Amino acid sequence: MSPNKRPMLEKKLVDMNYLLKEAPREQHFITGAQAMAEAVKRASVDMAIAYPITPQSEVMHLVGDVFAAGHIKEYYRAEEELGTMSAIAGASRAGVRLFTATSGPGLLRGLEAIVSWPGHRVPAVLGILTRVVNAPLSIQPDNIEMAYMMHCGAVMLHAENQQDTFDYTLAAFAIAEKVDVYIPVAVATEGFFVTHAKGYVDMMSEELAYTPFDPVAAPVPAMDNETPPARIQRDAPVQKSNFMSYLIHSVWQQEIWDSNSRAMKYIYEYLGGPIEVQNPEADVFVVASGCAAAQAREAWRYAQEDGLSVGLIKVRAIRPFPKNEIADAVKNAKALIVPEHNIIGWLSTEIKASIPNGGIVVDGPRVYGGMTLPVELIMKELYTALGLEYELNL
Amino acid sequence: MAEKTERYNIRISGLGGQGVVTTAHILGSTMDNAGKYASLVPFFGSEKRMAPVEAYVRASNQPIYEVGEVVYPDIIMIYHSQVVTHGKSYTMPFYTGLKPNSLIIINTDFDVLTEEDEKVLNDLNATVVQFDANGLAKKIAGTELATNMAMMGMLLGLTKLVNAENIEAAVKERFLGNSFVASGGTAALDSAIEKKFKKKEELLQKNMDVINKTFEMADSVDISGSDLIVRLDV
Repeated sequence: MSPNKRPMLEKKLVDMNYLLKEAPREQHFITGAQAMAEAVKRASVDMAIAYPITPQSEVMHLVGDVFAAGHIKEYYRAEEELGTMSAIAGASRAGVRLFTATSGPGLLRGLEAIVSWPGHRVPAVLGILTRVVNAPLSIQPDNIEMAYMMHCGAVMLHAENQQDTFDYTLAAFAIAEKVDVYIPVAVATEGFFVTHAKGYVDMMSEELAYTPFDPVAAPVPAMDNETPPARIQRDAPVQKSNFMSYLIHSVWQQEIWDSNSRAMKYIYEYLGGPIEVQNPEADVFVVASGCAAAQAREAWRYAQEDGLSVGLIKVRAIRPFPKNEIADAVKNAKALIVPEHNIIGWLSTEIKASIPNGGIVVDGPRVYGGMTLPVELIMKELYTALGLEYELNL
Repeated sequence: MAEKTERYNIRISGLGGQGVVTTAHILGSTMDNAGKYASLVPFFGSEKRMAPVEAYVRASNQPIYEVGEVVYPDIIMIYHSQVVTHGKSYTMPFYTGLKPNSLIIINTDFDVLTEEDEKVLNDLNATVVQFDANGLAKKIAGTELATNMAMMGMLLGLTKLVNAENIEAAVKERFLGNSFVASGGTAALDSAIEKKFKKKEELLQKNMDVINKTFEMADSVDISGSDLIVRLDV
């Protein structure tokens, strides 16, 4: 269908607090990819940009359907991932709300442009549906690619399941556009285990949509392309002298990371905080993010039934990293088990570096290449940390 | 303390065309119809006739959080003797990861376990229920395509996870509903089965006849005894 003939839908526009917390919801049984597209449907997105290569998830295909149905104004199919991510930066200068999603190798190919988004103050939302990136390649949900994203200044949320994927994606648009944040927000979840599997998702009516992007309220003025500002790049101040370039870069990047920290209060406002803690008085905690948190939750439930002093900490925000919150939650703990879907253990490294009692962190269990993370492996670590035997024939 | 979770982690190993993935879907719907919980994971590999296929089902009285393949099953279902004798399986040997006191259901018309298999399974205090599901399907429904119904019926008959009404509702949904597609290949197979049976209702009835027969067979045996292998005649 020609975009010109495509009717834009009339919707009731509401703020994010109403949308996330008050609007009545109905239960649906959908995949994680559908959940992300359903969030985009309700976010008054002006433009979606993507390069639909394999391995992707179904997200940008489904967002294409959302565009065709009139929920999104524009959809641009880019040349490749670097083009996609560069086009996001360019489009944001026009003062619009933007969404894209990618996976694994595509994320790494687009990374050069993505890491420049925070510095360019691009408040886009990026879906990351994790896939293996290193050889030998597989299309399974290893999440090592998130480690490459962690140092660019973007806010990063990590969804446990289909419901989280829906809620975090909606909240991401509000967080990204706050005047005191105004940097990109990435919403990551595991490919296949979440994107291709169905789960229950409570969703509000699609007649509702988030208040549209307001370029007048934005801290970075939209570019007027009828009368473009002269010499915007060629004589940029950073090129005046080496000293100016050092100075401007340093203050600019400090401001980016301050913006990243300031996102924390909105993570509290919309998502109830960067961590979830169950059984706060426990001796041993399983600390996990994303899909590993689902496995951890199952292990925590079995441990409760076995009468063990075990708690659960789910980490929702990877950036800003909830250092204070985790340090406080584990100050009396004896051991932390950190299950992960990658070989380097980026979450366990972050936790160790964030807490004064880093020696209590038990590395793993870890699986990689997208392998299943059996709950039994977490149980074995829990029992061992408590000085108990757990029978498991590997 | 939380309510005790009743949980069955089921691994189904078979060959392409036997309805392994379809069984997983129907099992899931059956649990849903019974007001319980299930999640399922098909293993995506080379889906073609006679190639190994695995599917995993988790069934519980509580919500299920974990995802991924079942590595440590409580129940193993073997749809074809070649899974054991030819190693046509993603999991080798087929009982890898089996938990103690577990149940194995095998479709075969001869003894497939080696002495070594029997020793391992005896040590795990497993129970093996062995019956000719192919033969039963041919006898009752007139086609081997109902083998998966015989296997599913035997599982539900032995475990008493749900009642016959729950199963009938799920089988109806699968064969009379039009919204369900497991995969392109499975949909094509469905239409082939439909032609063979001419009428969907007839297909449903044949399937239910097979399931009811396996329920009777399951009721007639005691699997709590000390024998490792329980052989059921068809």
